Order: sequence, then C-alpha cells, then structure tokens
Amino acid sequence: MRNMSEKPLTERIRPNEAPASLKDYERAGGYASVRKCLSSMQPADVTQLVKDGTLRGRGGAGFPTGIKWSIVPQGADAPRPKYLVVNADEMEPGTFKDRVLLEGDPHQLIEGIILASFAIQADIAYIFLRGEYIVAQERIEKAIHEAYEAGFLGKDIIGSGYCLELHLHMSIGRYICGEETALLNALEGKRATPRAKPPFPQASGLWGKPTIVNNVETLSTLPHIVNRGVEWFKGLSRTPNGGTKLFGVSGKVKRPGLWELPLGTTVGEIMDLAGGMRDGLSLRGIIPGGASTDFLGPEHLDLQMDFDTVGKAGSRMGTGTMIVLDDKTCPVGMVHNLTQFFAHESCGWCTPCRDGLPWLQNVLWAIETGRGREDDMKMLHRHTKLLGPGMTFCALAPGAMAPLGSALTRFKDDFDQHIRAKRCPWR
Amino acid sequence: MLSDILKSEIESHIHEPEHRESACTEALRIVQRDRGWIDDESLKDIAEFLGMTTHELDGVATFFNLIHRRPVGRHVIRVCSSVSCWVLGYDALREALLAKLDVLLGQTTADGRFTVLPNQCLGTCDRAPAMMIGADLYQDIDPTRLDEILDRYA
Amino acid sequence: MPTIYIDGKPHAIDGGQNLLEACIELGLNVPYFCWHPALGSVGACRQCAVKQYKDESDSQGRIVMSCMTPATDGIRITVDDGDSKDFRASVIEWMMTNHPHDCPVCDEGGECHLQDMTLMTGHNYRNFRFDKKTYNNQNLGPLINHEMNRCIQCYRCVRYYKDYAGGGDLDAFAAHHHVYFGRSQDGTLESEFSGNLVEVCPTGVFTDKTLKRHFTRRWDYTTAPSVCVHCALGCNITPGERYGKLRRIRNRYNRAVNGYFLCDRGRYGYEFVNSGKRPKAPLRLQRDGTGEAFHVPVTRDEAMNEIGALLKNGAKTIGIGSPRASLEANFALRVLVGAENFYLGLSKIEYSLLSTILEIVIGGPARQPGLGALKDHDAVFVLGEDLTNVAPLAALSVRQTILNQPRAESRKMGIPDWNDLAVRRVIDVNKGPLFIAAPFGGKLDDAATQTFFGTPSQLAELGFAVAHAIDPACPAADGISADTAAFAKRVADALRAAEKPLVISGPSCGSESVVRAAANVAWALCRTEKPASLYYTAHECNTTGLGLMSGGHIEGAAEAIRNGDADTLIILENDLYRRADAALVDEMLSTAKDVVVVDHLYHPTAQKASFVLPAASFAEGDGTIVNNIGRAQRMMQVYKPEGEITESWRWLRRVRTATGVGQSTDLLYFDSFIHALVDEIPAFSRILEAAPSAAFRVGGQKIPRQTHRFSGRTAMKANVAVSETAIASDPDSAFSFSMEGFQMLTPAAVMSSFWVPGWNSAQAITRFQEEVNGPLEGGDPGIRLIEPMSGSTTPYFSATSNQPSKAGQLVAIPRYHIFGSEELSSISPAIAELTPALYVMMHPDDAQDSRLQDGDIVEVQIGGAVITAPLRINNDMARACVVVPIGFTNTQHVP
Ligand SMILES: Cc1cc2nc3c(=O)[nH]c(=O)nc-3n(C[C@H](O)[C@H](O)[C@H](O)COP(=O)(O)O)c2cc1C
Ligand code: SF4
Ligand code: FES
Repeated sequence: MRNMSEKPLTERIRPNEAPASLKDYERAGGYASVRKCLSSMQPADVTQLVKDGTLRGRGGAGFPTGIKWSIVPQGADAPRPKYLVVNADEMEPGTFKDRVLLEGDPHQLIEGIILASFAIQADIAYIFLRGEYIVAQERIEKAIHEAYEAGFLGKDIIGSGYCLELHLHMSIGRYICGEETALLNALEGKRATPRAKPPFPQASGLWGKPTIVNNVETLSTLPHIVNRGVEWFKGLSRTPNGGTKLFGVSGKVKRPGLWELPLGTTVGEIMDLAGGMRDGLSLRGIIPGGASTDFLGPEHLDLQMDFDTVGKAGSRMGTGTMIVLDDKTCPVGMVHNLTQFFAHESCGWCTPCRDGLPWLQNVLWAIETGRGREDDMKMLHRHTKLLGPGMTFCALAPGAMAPLGSALTRFKDDFDQHIRAKRCPWR
Repeated sequence: MLSDILKSEIESHIHEPEHRESACTEALRIVQRDRGWIDDESLKDIAEFLGMTTHELDGVATFFNLIHRRPVGRHVIRVCSSVSCWVLGYDALREALLAKLDVLLGQTTADGRFTVLPNQCLGTCDRAPAMMIGADLYQDIDPTRLDEILDRYA
Repeated sequence: MPTIYIDGKPHAIDGGQNLLEACIELGLNVPYFCWHPALGSVGACRQCAVKQYKDESDSQGRIVMSCMTPATDGIRITVDDGDSKDFRASVIEWMMTNHPHDCPVCDEGGECHLQDMTLMTGHNYRNFRFDKKTYNNQNLGPLINHEMNRCIQCYRCVRYYKDYAGGGDLDAFAAHHHVYFGRSQDGTLESEFSGNLVEVCPTGVFTDKTLKRHFTRRWDYTTAPSVCVHCALGCNITPGERYGKLRRIRNRYNRAVNGYFLCDRGRYGYEFVNSGKRPKAPLRLQRDGTGEAFHVPVTRDEAMNEIGALLKNGAKTIGIGSPRASLEANFALRVLVGAENFYLGLSKIEYSLLSTILEIVIGGPARQPGLGALKDHDAVFVLGEDLTNVAPLAALSVRQTILNQPRAESRKMGIPDWNDLAVRRVIDVNKGPLFIAAPFGGKLDDAATQTFFGTPSQLAELGFAVAHAIDPACPAADGISADTAAFAKRVADALRAAEKPLVISGPSCGSESVVRAAANVAWALCRTEKPASLYYTAHECNTTGLGLMSGGHIEGAAEAIRNGDADTLIILENDLYRRADAALVDEMLSTAKDVVVVDHLYHPTAQKASFVLPAASFAEGDGTIVNNIGRAQRMMQVYKPEGEITESWRWLRRVRTATGVGQSTDLLYFDSFIHALVDEIPAFSRILEAAPSAAFRVGGQKIPRQTHRFSGRTAMKANVAVSETAIASDPDSAFSFSMEGFQMLTPAAVMSSFWVPGWNSAQAITRFQEEVNGPLEGGDPGIRLIEPMSGSTTPYFSATSNQPSKAGQLVAIPRYHIFGSEELSSISPAIAELTPALYVMMHPDDAQDSRLQDGDIVEVQIGGAVITAPLRINNDMARACVVVPIGFTNTQHVP
C-alpha cells in the first residue's frame, strides 16, 4: 500500500501525552510554513496552493476549501474586519477525530489557522470548541498563549506586517452549533439557530462581515501542504482529492480506534486495522462517517473511503469515523437512538425538523417496544422524503434521515419482525 | 452581584466592545462553574453586566444543553447516551448508575452529591461506554466497577 | 417588468418581491405563517413551499420556500403539484401533532390563520397517535392572554415585539420541540404596542384579554369603519359591538396612517363606552329643601322645551366646543350660538400653540408627512416631544427609520429587503441618524443616535442653533453653550446629509419657541433644496380640525361671562377642569345663569350643569375628525346606543329647533351638516371626499354592518319580544343596521372588516391591497385638508435664547403618559390598571440642592395648584425643572 506510512497530521501526537511545547514544536519543524508563507507568499498563492492540492473540507460536507476561500471579498474596499472561524464543535455521534488533533497537536492547528487567515486576510480568528472538551481547552489556551509570546499571533506577525488575533470560545453545548451559520449566531451570543443562505458567510458572516468557517482537520492539513507542496500532498491520497484523512471505527470491533490513512483507503482495510468484529459477532452494517450518513453493508468492504466514491455508493464519507452495527445489536434500537439524538438537537426553528423528528422518535420507540403498527413503515418512509434536503431550513434533519432511510430498506425485515412479533427480538 | 474576579474573567471574553452580549454564553459557563447553576439572580447579574435584558439572556441560557437553570448536585455526571456508547452498553451503565445512586435520570441524590444527566456523544466513541463527572472523562467503563469511580467524589 | 411562470401561465410582476408576495398579489392561495407583510421573510415555518423548475424541460423540479425565493424574471414554478401540496399539508400535520383541538373554546376561533391554512392545505386526518406536549401559560398583564399550548412556533411574536417594536421582555426560550414564547418570568408586558401580538400571532396564543370578559365570535360583531379617538394621529380602527356593548377594537389597515398596527391605548381604551356612569337620559339639575343640588333624568321633550325656553328668553348664549368632538358637533354648536359666540374649548396656551402650528404648516414650505410615511425618512430630529407617550404610533414608525441608511449596505450585497434577518445581520449595530431633544428621556431613546435634555427654552435655543447651522441666513440664538453648539452641529450635518430628513415637534412642552425653532430647521433644509418633512404632534383626536374653525379660547369665554356679555353657556364634550384653573372654571360655571353640557361622560363640569344631554361616543355616532397633520377621516356609527343617547350634533340641532331658530327641516341629517360646513368654511371644502355620503349604494344596496354569518338575529332580543324586532333605519350613513346589503367589493372608506372566502383572520388584508404593503384597492380612506404653500419663502422666525429661570425656582414641565393622561381611555379598566401612581420627577442635582431623596413626599406649587406626590429622581432629564404627569387625578390641568 502506497504511503500508508506517511501520517503528517498525527506523526507528532503521542497518546496520553501532553503535546509538545512551542519550543519543541518549532525544533521539530513547526511554524516553518508560517515563516515561509508570510515571508515569500501572497494570500492568493496560498489559496491557489490549496486549490491545486484539491483539498476538500473535512467537516463532513467535503466542500473544496480553496474555492470556498476564493469567494471572500479581497482588496482595500473589502469589508473589515474579516473572520476565520475554526469549527471544533465535534458533536456528530460516532465522531472522535478532531478531539485527537485538538488535544494532541494544538500548534499544528494554530499554524493552519494563521495560513488560512492570511489567505483570506482575516483580522480575527475564533476557535469554537465544544464545551465538553476540557483537556483540549487547557492545551489550546496554553498553545495560543505561547504563540502570542513567540510573535506568531497578534500585531505584525514575525515582522511580516500581517496581524491576527486568535480567541478561544467554549461552546455551551448544542449539536446545531456545528452548522456553520448557527455557530456564528452562537459566537454572537444569540440562540444558535441557523441562518438562511444566501447570503453565505463568505459575504456576510460573523456580525455581517466576511467569514470563513473551516473544520479542525481541514486546517491542520494546511501547514503540510505549504511545507511540502501540492504534488507531495496529492501523492498522499489514492484519489483525485489530495491528502490523508483521519478514519475511525467504533462499535463491537476488536480494536476500535482512529488512524490517519490515505484518502481512498478501503472500508475493509480500515476494518482490518480495527481487528475485525469481536468474536462471535458478524458485521451487519456500517455508518461510514458519523451519525448523519447512510448505512453501508458487508458488501461495501472494498469501497474506497473518499467523498465521491462513498457518494456513488449511496452514502457519504462524512467525518470518516465509522460506526459498526453487529448482528447481535437491534438495528431498530440503534436507529431510534440516532433519531432521539437528532430530535433532541433540533434547534426548533423550522417545523418539519422540530415537530417531525419527535414523531419519528415516538414511532421508532413504539416499534422497538412492541407497539408498532403496519402503517408505521409507510409513515417512516414518507418522512424520509419530507425531511429530505431542501425541505428543512438546514441540513440537520436531512442528516437525520440518512441512517433512518437506509435502515428502513437495509433492515426492513427487522422492522417487520418487531411489528409482527410485537416485541424486540433482541430483548 | 458578580465578584470582580468573575467580572474580569467575563470581560476577557469580550473581544468587540460594541458586542458585549457576544460574551454571554461564556459568562453563563463561567458563572455556572462558580455557582453550580444559573439562578434568577445570576441571570440578572450577567444580563446587566453585558447590557442585555434578562429575557434575552434566558432565551440563550435555555437554548443550550450545558447550562442549568435548576439546582444540581455537587458533581454532575454526564453519561454519554449516543450511538456508539449505546451499542456498547449505555443502557446497562445508566441503570447500574441510577440504581446505585437511587435516583432517576435528571435527578439529584438526596445528599446533594450527584446529579445524573444523559449527554450527547462525548467524542470518545472508540473508548465506549463513556461518561464525565465534573471535568473528568471516564472511558471503557465497566458498570460493575462504578464504586471505584464514584468514591473519588465527596 | 419581469415575467414569472406559474403552472405554465406567464405573469408580469413589478419585480423585487419574493415568490410568496408575487403569488399573493396575483390572488393565488399559497399558505404561510412566518412571513408577515411588515416583518418580511425568515423561512422558518416551511408552509409556503412551492415547486421550482430549472427550465421548460425540467419535469422533476425541486421544492423551495416561496417566501425566501426572489421572483426573478423567467422563473418557473407550480403551486399545485402533488409534492408541494403533500408537503404543505404535512407542515400543518406536524403543527397539529401538538396544537390542542380547542377551537370551540379558543378566542381566535373563526378568525384564526391556522384554521384557514389548515383548510387551505386540506390536512384533515390525524395520524399522530402519541401524547401532545403541554406548556405553562404566563400572566402577561391586563391586556394580553397567553395560551402557549396553541403555539405553532412561527416566531412572528418575537420578531414583531423585539425586532420591530423594540421590546425587551418577550423572547424565545428553550429548543427543539420545547421552544417557548413569553417572558423569563410572569409579568405585565412592557411595550406600549403589545396589543398587536393579538393580530400578529396566527393562532390563539396571544389574545385580547379585555375581550375575554365579553367575548364574541368574529361573525357576530356589528361593525363599521372608525377612527381612534385616544390621540391625534387618527389610526383607523374597527370597533365591534354585540348586545349593545362595545366588545373590542381591531386594527383597520390604512397605509397612509397606521398600517397594520395600533398602540395599546388605542386598542384597549374603548371600555369607557361601556361605563355604567354614563348619562343615558337628559339630566336636569334641581335643588331639594336643603338647597342640595342633584341631577334628575327628564324626557327628551321636557329637556328640549326647558332648554329651548331659557335660550329663547333673550339669553346671551355662548358655546364652548371641543377638540375631542367631531367637526359636525362643533359646527352644530357654532351654528346654534353664532360664529361670534363660539369658543374652541381650548385653553389660551393650547390655543396659541395650535394657531402657531397651523400658520407654520399652512403658510410654510415644509410638508407634513402622513403617519404612514414617517418610516420612509432617513434622518430624524425630534424636538421637545416624548413620542411614545404623546403620539405612540409615530414612535413606532420613527423606530423603523434608523434602518434606512444602513440598509444601503445590505442592498449593495444584493440582499433583498424582505430577507429580514439577513438584512439585520448586515446592518448589525449600525443606526441611521435619530436625534431626540426633550425635557426628559423616553422609550424611543434606545434607538436614538444621541439625546439631549433641556428645559423648553434650552430646547428652543438648540433648535434655532440647528437651523442656523443648516442655513447661516437663519437667525441664531446668541450665547449658546458649547454642548448645545456641538449637538446642534451634529444634528445639522446629519439632516443635511440625508435624502429625506424629518423634523418632529409639537405642543407638549407648552412652548411656542420650540414649535417655531422646529419650523426654522425644516425651512432651512427646504432652502437647501431638501424635501424636508415637518411633523407636529397634537393632543386630541380633533384638535387640528377645531383649529381650522375660528373661535375664541376658554379664558376668553370666562371673560365674556365675567363682564356680563354672556350669561348662558353650552359646553360640548369638554371637561373645562382639564383645561383651565379650577378657580376660573368654578367662577365661570357659578356666574353663568345656565349651563348646558352635551357629553357622554359625567365629568366635574357636567356635574355642575343645569342640563346634561347624553351624547354618543365615537362608536355610537357619525362624525368627521381631522388628525394632527390635517387628514379628515370619518367615524361611522357602529350601533344605536340605548336610551336617549345620540350624537351631539343631533342634540344641538334639536336645541336649535326648540329655540325656534331655523326650520325643523334644515340640518336634519349628518350630511346636511357637512354640506353646511363646507359652504361656510372653505378650509373644509374637501371633507366630502373623506367618505361616501348617506346616499352611497353598491348595486343599489346599502352596506351591512353585520356579516352574512351574523347569528341570533331573531333570537337575541327574544327576552324582549319573540317576534323579530324592527331593524333600525340609518338616514345618516350608507350603512344598514343588519346583514342585508352588499357584502363585498365595497370601497375602502366603507370597508370595516376584511374578509374573503378562506381568509377569516387579520391576514386577509393582503387580499385588499393593491400590492403587498400597498394602499387599499381604490385608495386609502381619508383626505388631507392641509398642503404646504409650494415655493413659499416664509421668513424665518427670530431666534430666542435660553432664559434661565429665577434662582430657587424650578420650571414645571408636564409629562404625558400613554396610560393615564388621556381623558377617555383612563376610565377604561385595563388602561386604568396600567396608569402609574402620581409622582413628581427631578434631576438628581436639583434634588440634592433642595435636599430631597428618591421617594420623599414633596409638595409642588404650580400657579394656583398644589400637587403632593412622591419624588422620582431621574438622571435622564433637564436641570432646573420639575416634571409632573398631566391629566391624572389632581393634575387634570397643570398651568
Ligand atoms: C447539523 C450540522 C452539524 C455540523 N457539525 C459540524 C461539526 O461538529 N464540525 C464541523 O467541522 N462541521 C460540522 N458541520 C459542517 C459545517 O456546517 C461546515 O460545513 C464545516 O465546518 C465547514 O468546514 P470544512 O469546509 O473545513 O469541512 C455540521 C453541519 C451540520 C448541518
Ligand atoms: S432543520 Fe430546521 S429545526 Fe432542524 S436544526 Fe435545522 S433549522 Fe433547526
Ligand atoms: S412563510 Fe415561508 S417559510 Fe414561513
């Protein structure tokens, strides 16, 4: 396997160890990209580099990062201040990748933040960190402090004339804060309901000013692209989209965990790293990229994990952290658990999500507890369409429909069995 | 009344003077860390300090998951109830915990020591089941060995 | 003009609007909740879904929210394909999972937008089999009833109350399907505009609490178009009556005036009409053995004969009119006593302020904008007025102006104005210029760029300074302080830089210099080729109308009586104790041989009268009133009052006949008075256009006051007689007192309630507008009587500078309260409950000088009167003055 060995994002991370201090980090080549960029590159160069590197966002949507940046108004008459916001709200069930980067290598993230901010000429950057990530909070606070001390943040960064303020914001908890426009409302101290698009944050974001929201993993990748170039970066991947990706496995496998692997590594290879299913269990389904992606099945072990391929297979790579369903766990119960999550995390702004998801949760619980009815299946199916993309105000509800919709077809027999037997066969 | 220490800590989260209210979620977090929960007086104090109305601030406070508008125990236990932990035995862990503490989900023990709440995915799914007590994260929890953990909290 | 294709058919539209608005304007039934014509779109409820196609070949299409999609040229949509219909029905189905099935006991029932939309989408079969969630309701005070379980979470209430009206004590709480709308804790809503929640809420969450005590279904009201009498702005209203009781007031849309909204005084002040203390028959004063005087009811004939007799016998009669009585009533009095014996019923100072204002707006170049046009201005200077308390709806409109300049930013970014939250996000904390200079702070100050507190003479000085800064040719006050100069410069620069500057002032400071200074500012702008607007408030519903009639003032009338030029006094709808010194009024009433009072209130003046004739309130009679800017509007009689109560003009005509003057046949009907008035006073020549005459018919038929669904017609009087009682005839208006007549398609001026099949709620209004937020089809009712002299170069007023008050003396400044200062509404229980206790207010420094603490009981001597009340200390007010609420018990009149 090509490049399996190269792990630029995680090579410095030592499990259960505090991250390197800025000094050690610099000794190991840290902040070189910032020096290079601020001394010898134009903002447009950075954006071009990222475009050529075909980097796509790691937050779940997979939007091409360079293209996103290039929409930000540039030049003297662009509105000010401009903002870069780091989406570190990681709250998607089954997702535990950003935590590793945040706790393990905060300076790498800050380095990426500076590069992205420079590319869009941001004046202020915020890290929006999920409230439960307390270890990450302490480590990032320390790293930010060090970076200011060393002159990588603040006024006239390492004599380049470029200025950037970086602030850490702790969330007080809501999944919807991960949605970039809801996140901006939360940062403004408002109820975190999403905003209508257009206008997009690039034009009117934080306090109506140009804003880019990027994921932790996306930004942590940047220093390596700047340091080692587009060709190297594309070489890391087995797909047309450059880079490695953090892949994770949770569920009843022998060695659940997280690995940095080339984009395009197959589901099977990742499952092997997880040691396969626990003894006595066999694989029934995989949610490939966090709660809001469609179930894949055992037939997908050869599927390459990258945005387009997984898309073609009828799901999404999402966050790349897989949740495994075994043959001794009730799929109905699992889907109920997921739906309960989405129903509870609905922001309550739009009707289909606010009132539709609790209904689905009720029906799924009824089925799971033996009170299901024949026509419940029709009702569930109908809702997977009614809460689909475009119907609701934001992508939360459609995300909730992904596992449900796919489960309804993939595990139809299990649902029917629950309804007919008036009980859950696994209880 | 907010102490000067609290005020200056909140102040440190106001990065744009014309948007003092933007620090309100941080303020809620900070004051709750100090007072355990956000009572009506704290709400009033923060609102005044940031130039909001109590109604507006309460609208924010009640929107989010981590802010308590009701009293809680000395230690808040947040049991991860999301999918990976569910697959790996959230139900059993929860029931064991509730039985041990003799409370229902969301309740506080008679001695005011613990409050048990479900929590959304704690982002440590490879080490499920997981829970937090105060600021401490516990992973790969074996429900039969809860005492060891709970005994660490007075 | 862009063309859009709806279900294949091309439609030409104006452009700029969104698809929902376009569909509404085309008369299509697309359901919606969160969109509101005054609040714009936010895309929350998802009810307005339609299907959009990429092009002709696209047969798939995709669902979009019509309220969030610009109606761009060539766009193709369908409103009735299966998918979008199914989705729209599902939205109702979701809302219904929790909405209680309590329509029969819900006050909204029958005029509920949720009921209408449910029918429109066709959702009817309940599939949801689980429990509904329930909420606790809150006590929100005497005006608004709260029933949260009915909420469908459209977010309209917060968006209106907080974003539009600037209220701070209503918000959204919690998340997911627990979202709650109310206050952090129970408590009376603080906004003076809270009543509009009743009409903004599409279902029964916020309903009229005063209506609850005498509830009536929408179709059971007897209604007629009317005009609010509780201030001078002339907001259009629809009063509703049943069983001889006035039940409620609803907003009546008029783009040129109040648009969609009313203030709480206008909505809830109506209950004085139902007061048991009102005289229902003529009263005659008589004395018992002990000489104790008291009133006894007498028949109409007795009253007319006796009054006729005492006027005949060579009595020297004078009449005192009223700024709260209709033109026709005042004119009837003028006709009865003769123009030379007619007094306007204003105090000397009210009189001179009014005359000055009229000179300015008639003779000067600056035009007075209509209330509805205030919000279109982009820089505002308020001089000497507390708008929220004196001209409430003007305050609400001025609040909107601060968005106008910043909105340029969002437009530059291509964000349509209807995309409300996106626009507000870009505007952020930016504010267009709004400068408020007044003796004390007001509720609008939070929207102001900067405020200035000063005594009336300091305010005048400031005004003149502003005018001088705009046009150096305009005289300046000399020796002004640096602060005043600096503030003046800021104001002047802002007004000069604006496209549509607006100057607002009025009589509330009791200072002519303030009024003149404001005129100078507007005129100075006019000379710099700016279309500057000048807006004066007034205090009562027909003050300006009265001013257009000539006549003396109350002190003049007192004089006439004192020196024997007059011995008999006829007082029209006027409690003189509210206008002049008690001593003076006492003298007047005791000196006069006889006093006849025509009024619907039994106030202190009436209590001393030899005769009291029971007059109709606004709801019980026809009349024309002229609002502060000179817009004449018609109040149509809603119902026939009980007993002998009838319009003042009718009483005065009867008196005239009884005295033998004139024929019993002339001035017989309402229209006869209007025609006579037009013939006699040119200023009123256009009031005929204010509303159709009594002869007006549609399809040969009168216009019914009752809906075609009116119930109980034969049964409601069964306790009196089982046979259907005769329907009263109405010779004075085009209306019938029944459900007979032409129900729809009537011109706006005679349109009392807006209804089309399927649209039973307040939302039906869009069906009657030429375009969304446009004028009513056929034009908004009412007619302007005052237009400025175009191109006039009226000379500036000369400046007056500040005269500091004598050492140790404080200037007394009256403070008007929206709740408590106005005579009629303060009798209504709900308003009375909101009226603050009497107090006096001082600046901390002045309080210190006189060693006073907040809460101390202080005695203030003003002219003859002495007021005793607790002291309020307030930073936001001028120095060297003491502020006293006016119009309260003990402060009816503050000289
Ligand atoms: C309901 C919802 C939750 C989301 N949560 C997250 C999150 O926790 N972290 C994240 O990076 N992106 C999250 N996203 C995606 C963000 O909206 C946004 O697309 C992403 O942060 C952009 O960063 P990227 O371009 O670097 O991927 C979420 C989206 C939705 C609709
Ligand atoms: S789909 Fe609607 S209710 Fe759900 S989270 Fe998004 S905006 Fe909120
Ligand atoms: S009216 Fe369009 S979404 Fe509510």
